[in-house]
Amino acid sequence: MGEAAANLILHEKKPTGILDSVLKIIAQRLALGLLTLFIVSIVIFAAVNLLPGDFAQAILGQGATPEAVEAIRTDLGLDQHPVKRYMQWLGGALQGDLGSSFAQANFASFVGEDSGVRTSVAQQIAPRFANTMFLAGVTAAIAVPFAVTLGILAALYRNSIFDRATNILTLSSISSPEFFLAYVLILFLAVLNPWLPSLSNIYDGMAFSDRLEKTLLPALTLTLVVTAHMMRMTRAAIINLLASPYIEMARLKGINPMRVIVKHALPNALAPIINVVALNLAYLITGVVVVEVVFVYPGIGQLFVDSVKIRDIPVVQACCLIFAAAYILLNLTADILSIVSNPRLRHPK
Amino acid sequence: MSGLMTFLIALAAIAAAGWAFRFTGQKVTGNAPRFRDMAFAVAFGYALGTAVLIWAVWTYVQAQFILPEAEANKYFYFVTAIHGFILFAVLAFLFRLLGRAVGTAGSRKLFRQMPLTASFGVLVILLYTFFAIFAAWLAPHGQEQVFAQANVVPGGNPALGGDPAFPLGTDQIGRDILSRLIYGAQNTVGIAFVTTMIAFLLGGSLGFLAATLRGWVDQSLSRLVDVLMAIPALIFALLLITVASAWVKGTGLTIAMVLIMALIDSTRVFRLARAVGMNIVVMDYIEAAKLRGENLRYIVFREILPNATAPLLAEFGLRFCFVFLTISSLSFLGVGIQPPLADWGTMVKDMSSFINYAAFAPQVSSAPLLAAGAIALLTVAVNFVVDWMLHRSSGLKE
Repeated sequence: MGEAAANLILHEKKPTGILDSVLKIIAQRLALGLLTLFIVSIVIFAAVNLLPGDFAQAILGQGATPEAVEAIRTDLGLDQHPVKRYMQWLGGALQGDLGSSFAQANFASFVGEDSGVRTSVAQQIAPRFANTMFLAGVTAAIAVPFAVTLGILAALYRNSIFDRATNILTLSSISSPEFFLAYVLILFLAVLNPWLPSLSNIYDGMAFSDRLEKTLLPALTLTLVVTAHMMRMTRAAIINLLASPYIEMARLKGINPMRVIVKHALPNALAPIINVVALNLAYLITGVVVVEVVFVYPGIGQLFVDSVKIRDIPVVQACCLIFAAAYILLNLTADILSIVSNPRLRHPK
Repeated sequence: MSGLMTFLIALAAIAAAGWAFRFTGQKVTGNAPRFRDMAFAVAFGYALGTAVLIWAVWTYVQAQFILPEAEANKYFYFVTAIHGFILFAVLAFLFRLLGRAVGTAGSRKLFRQMPLTASFGVLVILLYTFFAIFAAWLAPHGQEQVFAQANVVPGGNPALGGDPAFPLGTDQIGRDILSRLIYGAQNTVGIAFVTTMIAFLLGGSLGFLAATLRGWVDQSLSRLVDVLMAIPALIFALLLITVASAWVKGTGLTIAMVLIMALIDSTRVFRLARAVGMNIVVMDYIEAAKLRGENLRYIVFREILPNATAPLLAEFGLRFCFVFLTISSLSFLGVGIQPPLADWGTMVKDMSSFINYAAFAPQVSSAPLLAAGAIALLTVAVNFVVDWMLHRSSGLKE
């Protein structure tokens, strides 16, 4: 009786113990992610603010009048202490207020009056952010199933002609710059065969099918870039698993190869594959900047590049913060999903 | 709609062909294991591959010999791509044959085991190095020289608006594209190479230092690198370049960009150097050197560095590709290598609108693609060589 009760307690306690440890690991990762984001925001702020020299002067150039320089300085609060400014900036950013862009501030000071109608950075970014998320969503919807299927097939028929051809093709597509792939796609799918539009002029209130059609070419370019990485990593993950004894066992039982992969290997390969997918979506962030410029896609990447060219610091800072946050978040997701999808942690003995 | 129907019918036909192929194979060979155990997916794959091959050959023959020139223009790039592919394959094959016949016993052995992709890579890298070093002698004109003839069509055929003096034409303000492509090898590749070297010097030495000293040096450097790596490289580079552009212009900005990229990439090198260094530091010979009373410099440069060359070399190739692509992307966005230096990324940006003429004058639109292709060719080549090196050193069969 006593022994049975002890056994029961043991069985009762062990799973919750493991679940607790999973939760604890996840909580730790989340805290670490938040801390990283906080430090990254300091780095982004410091990169702009702690350099020597007068920033307002440098922005306006040699010919600026002292009044204009002074107007910019007070406008941006450059006469205050950096730590205080950082606190204000971060506090504002947390509430969705990212300041007002320089392009507008400049204009106000030249006119000599502040009309109070200048758009804030947040207003500029919000619609573009939605557009970029749409582009990323379409890309992921095409790339993920495509890459995982290709990866499984390459692992299944490894060292065949198919595997070698995909190896060469994916290696080439990884090595090509995004704008090369983009122009090749434009050449063949938009100019020589006018199937898809080469300019993505997206505006509010467009029909979904129109919007999808205009997004397709940039999404295909990004798909080419991301699929190659994803497919190679999926292939490696599955080949790694195929070497394990239980797969050998399944094969010796005479199960057909496709079933071995789908029923036996895939559930255990899920964790690495999910990890790969999340990591590669993080890689999209870099690709989005160049691709949006090529297709004149009104997303956050294009705004970022335009602001870099006219040195619109508040917008650059805000975009940088958003990109870094997305990057950290996706890496964090990859981390947490690979913990959660580990069968050993989900089904404790 | 009819396009979709054609696609579906073609798919069904290929599936039927695959099934027929397997069925006849089974009957003809008397159920040989190869055909008996063939999955339908594999048969479908063979049929699909054959269909694509037939389509490619048919299109090529049509464009080359059958269609009139005006209609064949549509397939100009397709035909050029096939010519380029065959040319490089043959060159790589000949180069490998040459390598097997000439040279020391060691190099001949190396070439004997080399796959065709790797020999292609080595050949392309050698070609680029040659052009980069001798650009000033090989280029017909200067990189900044502006001629009166602007917008000359590539191809050198006067009937199509070309000029034999400018084989690849001139750009909108009349600079010779061929010369700028050749100088681009010097500028783009050279700057990427210098950047990678600085990144390796900085990241490598700090990484080894962290591995040797441990303690607070290691901790503070590693945490700093963690933070810097949490921002995507291209995004961080764009932020820092914005800041730098407030102070420096023109060539100064190019130098600033080199330093910024070197700093960002040194974090990645630091990670690897530290990890490799950690494994070496625990070896007995390091202990012996410490007991002999050798100083830090001796231990890092004479004991650790020689034992870490193999992984660092492979990393150098990959890092170079990454730096090269990022710098090209920055130049393409207009904030990388600044004029008057000729550079491939900037050339693509400047001439990108030519692509829209491809349908009726394919030669015109080849200029931006040549510059973009020059970037892609080098990175593909380096990746092929690194892939082969990693495959060889890991001894993997898969």
